[in-house]
Amino acid sequence: MQVQAREIGTGLFVFLGFAALLFLATQTTGLDEFFEDSGYSVTARFTEVAGLRPRAPVTMAGVTIGRVESIRFDRYRLDAVVTLRIRSEYDTIPEDSTASILTAGLLGSKYIGLTPGGADESLEEGSEIFLTQSAVVLEQLVSRFLFGGGE
Amino acid sequence: MVAEPPGFFAGLFRSLVRGIAKLGAAVLFLGDILRSSPYALRRPRLLAEQVHNTGVLSLVIIMTSAFFVGMVLGLQGFDALARLRQEDLLGAVVALTLLKELGPVVTALLFAGRAGTAIASEIGLMRATDQLSAMEVMAVNPVGRIVAPRFIGGVIALPLLAAIFSCIGIFGAWFIGVAVLGVDNGAFWTQMQEFVSTEDVREGVVKSIVFGIAASLIATFEGYNCPPTAEGVGMATTRTVVTTAIVVLILTYIITALLL
Repeated sequence: MQVQAREIGTGLFVFLGFAALLFLATQTTGLDEFFEDSGYSVTARFTEVAGLRPRAPVTMAGVTIGRVESIRFDRYRLDAVVTLRIRSEYDTIPEDSTASILTAGLLGSKYIGLTPGGADESLEEGSEIFLTQSAVVLEQLVSRFLFGGGE
Repeated sequence: MVAEPPGFFAGLFRSLVRGIAKLGAAVLFLGDILRSSPYALRRPRLLAEQVHNTGVLSLVIIMTSAFFVGMVLGLQGFDALARLRQEDLLGAVVALTLLKELGPVVTALLFAGRAGTAIASEIGLMRATDQLSAMEVMAVNPVGRIVAPRFIGGVIALPLLAAIFSCIGIFGAWFIGVAVLGVDNGAFWTQMQEFVSTEDVREGVVKSIVFGIAASLIATFEGYNCPPTAEGVGMATTRTVVTTAIVVLILTYIITALLL
């Protein structure tokens, strides 16, 4: 009986340890996106992505509705092609919505904000967002202000 | 004998040489343990008993400390973040602190105090009462029969204890931050999930495995090589705690610098 109790204790401890690991790996990290990787992907072209990273949030009205899946460089058109994966429940986003690269706070991380357009058709798997607004590079903004190159 | 410079430096030089010799002996001892660990792995009952001794018996002290460490982190973090008007970040700050640093380090220190001293004094007493020599006479390898199960048990138990520590700590911080001080419950968890990445969890796990190896090696080494006297056993337990604390704090810096 003594041995029995000890074995139950040990088994319980190991189980508890792995349960804790599982909790840390899934609940504290933003891992949920891996599980619900369904959604649909759309592309958008930007002339400047300055500091945008894969897995950056895609937001509309301030709510995260997806993630940046990949960023690659188009060697013919010399611009950046960003693939966005948007959760499948948000399937009513107008086709002519505008994608802008924004900054959280003054110097924070970059994310993509979608501003709704007015078209009847919605974005779907494989469609492209044509209206885009590139990232504002702070150095360019400052130098334009300082040296008056804005006219 | 090594040539000795005169005076004060002679003592310093000699203790340096002694320290390096001890480090070498510990590494060789680790080799011995690894060589005889197949013997221990073939006897799961011995292993389970040691996981019980090092893990289950440390559970109460680990969980109590974790909850209070978490509550302190919640209080201090809230106070600091409130000055920046960023109370919503409390979950992220607490989780990162616990996962990457405090969880593994404090668990290793408590482990040294609870399980390490028990291992060192147990093996030391076996040495002092000639039980280890008796085993050798009976052609039983004491490293395989006594040391290896304790070492492996510690290496298994410490990462699990560290994970439990981090979990309970997060709930301690949640209790103070959300239930008492009124941080938004949703913000607490979503900000945590926003900022904590899988790499952060991995860093904590890597640290706790390395600390498990270090703490178990130091405890078994000090016990196995202690002078066979009552005083020697006492000194071995003291040295276990002191050496583990120093080694763990040095290792955590090195691992952080490597992984960051």
